[in-house]
Amino acid sequence: MSQESVNAQAGISLANLEIFASTLETIAKADKDIYAVTSDSRGSGKLVSFGQQLPEQIIEIGIAEQNLVGVAAGLSSMGKKVFAVSPACFLTARALEQIKNDVCYSNNPVKLIGISAGVSYGALGSTHHSLHDFAVMRAIHNITVVAPADNFETAEAIRQAAQAAQPFYIRFGKKVMPLLSEEDKTFVFGKGRVIRKGRHIALIGTGETVYPALEAAGLLQQAGIEATVVSMHTIKPLDTALLASLAQHCEAILTVEEHSVNGGLGEAVASFLLQNQWHKPFKIMGIPDEYTVTGSQNEIFTHYGISASGIEQATLQLLQKY
Amino acid sequence: MTINELQLKSVEYRRKILQYIYHAKAGHTGGSLSIIDILNVLYNRILKVSPENWPSKTRDIYIQSKGHCVEALYVVLADKGFFPEDDLLSLCQYQSPYIGHPTKKIKGMEQNTGGLGHGLSICCGSALAAKKDDSSVKVFTVLGDGEMAEGSNWEAFMFAAHYKLDNLCAVLDYNKLQITAANADVMGLEPLDKKLEAFGWAVKHIDGHDVEALTNAFESLPFEKDKPSFIIAHTVKGKGVSYMENVLKWHHGVPNAEQFEIAMNELV
Repeated sequence: MSQESVNAQAGISLANLEIFASTLETIAKADKDIYAVTSDSRGSGKLVSFGQQLPEQIIEIGIAEQNLVGVAAGLSSMGKKVFAVSPACFLTARALEQIKNDVCYSNNPVKLIGISAGVSYGALGSTHHSLHDFAVMRAIHNITVVAPADNFETAEAIRQAAQAAQPFYIRFGKKVMPLLSEEDKTFVFGKGRVIRKGRHIALIGTGETVYPALEAAGLLQQAGIEATVVSMHTIKPLDTALLASLAQHCEAILTVEEHSVNGGLGEAVASFLLQNQWHKPFKIMGIPDEYTVTGSQNEIFTHYGISASGIEQATLQLLQKY
Repeated sequence: MTINELQLKSVEYRRKILQYIYHAKAGHTGGSLSIIDILNVLYNRILKVSPENWPSKTRDIYIQSKGHCVEALYVVLADKGFFPEDDLLSLCQYQSPYIGHPTKKIKGMEQNTGGLGHGLSICCGSALAAKKDDSSVKVFTVLGDGEMAEGSNWEAFMFAAHYKLDNLCAVLDYNKLQITAANADVMGLEPLDKKLEAFGWAVKHIDGHDVEALTNAFESLPFEKDKPSFIIAHTVKGKGVSYMENVLKWHHGVPNAEQFEIAMNELV
């Protein structure tokens, strides 16, 4: 039985980061072609155990993200299944040209793992935040962009990506994430997961913002508002069939993401809706285009309304406008 | 191929580089003429790679980091039979797969390069993978002197030495000119051999147009066990055409009809 199944049965939730590391170690023990490549990030990537158990399958690059991605591309071109693991902020900014050219354009199917993504590093400040990564990855051809929300999605994303012949960018944080659903055990890249259904509003989250959206749905229910909640774990390619269905069945749509409001999930959803003549009440929640407030991840989330009550309030405003 | 045959091949390749650049009215002329002897020796004497073993896992690997000099590589790959040479008449034309930088759309090309400072890191990954597999595959790259200013190259120099990649050989096409001016004026590289040695590489200087010296150097790889090898190949930008040699404007200058004829008359 997989670790996250054991955990789920015992009612234990962990950070997606922990699940990533244990899943990678499990699959790498069964496949010697799986490699973890790190930039002095095995500790922050929870890969210390991996390094001890599988020393031949972990490659240390040092703090050199450009070389990290280039080397990963070279290993991948030789048939290795490579997970390049580095804080999302550095991986997707410092090494962006290597991602664009050496991974995506050259089609070397590296799995880029952005750890401690979004504002996971909290008060360490903007140097350590990745609020741009969805935007830049969306503009690059030949990469699947994924932000798993809970332990189940994380484990599935890692397992399935390991077998995929295309490049992936998978990002998550280090906050403990409760399981979104005990029943729904389907995970397919490019297919959003509908966690609950309601006709008044569709709350579409990704990564660590799905859970507060689910909590908001509970609060809204008390006010007589029925919310659909979606974990849109795959930002690209976007599940446009699901979006069309939500537009058809819900009165309003709200997106929420741990990313700049520019260029991320919300604008991707808006682009689809507008270009397909779905003119619905619509709101993008995320981090505004400003110097991000200082605080822990929770404090930053709350400051910008990425919380149960914040999403509840935004929904009420949106529906009143309607 | 004998040394004499290699020398004749170099003349033939130079003529073809100019023919296709002249036809396309585009290309990196000076650098393609400075790199060509290195590619000639690699593909005709050293690399275990051919259309027949492509893309087997046992082929040797060449990744051109100075991607802009793709015309030289196209001409050599065509000569080796990877694709019909006439295809190059479409070089840089609308919808042609033969774009102005190396592209995996073309059989024989390992990676899409062109952004500078990328090739060596990829080679490091490939060479390490070969070591992990106990494979005898050797990995080669040619760098431009301008791109030596890219920090990513120096990250890769550290990596290759740290992992003792003696199955990796990097060649510098050291023609000493980049698009703006001489390297020495843009961003000085010297003392390059000392820098690379300090980074843990085994370094040799050779005349990058002397096919015999190139052959001997490549056949003596690795220069030192457990160290990556670096060849500082001293070259001349625009080599073989008198009015192009060491003249900056031929970085990506295209000859007119009269200049083309002069060049063809010189390359015999």
